[in-house]
Amino acid sequence: MQFMALIYNKETGNHDPETFQAYGKFTQDMIAQGHFKSGDALQPTATATCLTIRDGKTSLKDGPFSETKEQLGGYYILECENLDEAIACAAQIPGAKTGTIEVRPVLAL
Amino acid sequence: MQFTTEDEALARVYQEDAGGVLAVLIGQFRDFDLAEDALQDAISEALLGWRRDGPPDNGAGWILTVARRRAIDRIRRSVTARDDANQREVLSRLEDNDDEAEADQPIPDERLRLIFTCCHPALAPEAQVALTLRTLCGLSTNEIARAYLVAEATMGQRISRAKKKISATAIPYEVPAGNELEVRLVSVLDCIYLIFNEGFSATAGDRPVRADLCLEGIRLGRILYKLMPHPEVGGLLSLMILHDSRRDARTDEDGTYIPIADHNRNLWDQNKIDEGTNLLLTCLGQSRPGPFQIQAAISAVHAEAKDAVETDWAQIAGLYGALAQMTPSPVVTLNRAVAISHAETPEAGLALADTVADELQAYQPFHAAHANLLKRCGQSNAAANAYRRAIALSTNSSEQEFLEHRLAELSTQT
Repeated sequence: MQFMALIYNKETGNHDPETFQAYGKFTQDMIAQGHFKSGDALQPTATATCLTIRDGKTSLKDGPFSETKEQLGGYYILECENLDEAIACAAQIPGAKTGTIEVRPVLAL
Repeated sequence: MQFTTEDEALARVYQEDAGGVLAVLIGQFRDFDLAEDALQDAISEALLGWRRDGPPDNGAGWILTVARRRAIDRIRRSVTARDDANQREVLSRLEDNDDEAEADQPIPDERLRLIFTCCHPALAPEAQVALTLRTLCGLSTNEIARAYLVAEATMGQRISRAKKKISATAIPYEVPAGNELEVRLVSVLDCIYLIFNEGFSATAGDRPVRADLCLEGIRLGRILYKLMPHPEVGGLLSLMILHDSRRDARTDEDGTYIPIADHNRNLWDQNKIDEGTNLLLTCLGQSRPGPFQIQAAISAVHAEAKDAVETDWAQIAGLYGALAQMTPSPVVTLNRAVAISHAETPEAGLALADTVADELQAYQPFHAAHANLLKRCGQSNAAANAYRRAIALSTNSSEQEFLEHRLAELSTQT
């Protein structure tokens, strides 16, 4: 089954080459182990726009959905046997050491 | 209704084996609800069948065989409705395995897998507790709700949410291997201790001790130690048995809490003390110390003392020091401070307790202990304030009453 690992971290505004390299290595490991489905990093929350439609009226708001200490900065979709395997994979995501990784199963339709 | 010997045989099987049967059923069907429903079906059938034919030699085996068939019936009913080829294949495999002769076989013990699943750290501690009591101890949702003083509907939701999370996230039904085992065992031990402790120092209600939860905690500890004789499992079991040996001395006739210093030590259960101490010695002999073995050792030092004064406080202070190194926490420091106040001077204890005052501002036992230390250092006014703070923070009426007494004593002395 598939799990999504959502990566929450404090936004520092710059991506140091070491972190970049660490993510590259993690991605390669996941591909080699057959877990990798997809994954991306996001632009910072300063680029976020929230959209709502109420009573047919569209409104836009500048900024992320919620102002929290840690922001969603990227994600992976991983193919894993069970939660324990997904947690073992998520534990290798570089951001786990500084932020929080939320692991959730993808709804199979 | 008149209870027959057949009913008693069934009650015995239910108490002793229901958890084991359920563990096997969940292992086979990977569905908590289906397993529980099928077990209930089998119990209902036993209630009628055993009265008619007498109880079978292997009651648990009988229940398991019948429950397995009822589970297959239940799946069959839901499958025909949807006509799912995949499920039909699973079904036929299950039916092939359904062997009459199995009723005579001993049931494989799968409770370890069940307890590691129920105590998976991905589940909230209160959900782990509820699920463990429900499945391994066979308590009804209503009984668990009453034990924790929450509405039955709330507890029902808590349990069903936990079951849903197990199935939706595919929490594996297995005992973790290798390094993972030590980490996950901590979660299992904490869950069992949480059950025992809620019984031993009830956080709510009007009684300080709730023996039912103490007994369930010890029962779980015994099951776990039998299946996994790890020294920390033995340490936890020893700790619970040693605590439990003092149960009758912890309250007076009115149910008011009595601190260990004022216990009538003749009320301590010597058999339990012997059992707990011997078990602890066996565990310590394996030279793999852990926090539960150290806590049991502290309890054992109390158990061997004739009274509070003769207690080997220096050894207790040393053990709390070792515990603080393994699992540092302000509560451990507070307990060490109390031990030092007896082993050395009240002033030395008070000085150490003051170092964790900020962190423990909202912790009732801190203010009670702090009050006692202040009193012994001759600071009556500060002691009175600390008692008032403890009373305000206490949620247990028996404990409040005890603290009120202490506060009153303070003003009569000065």
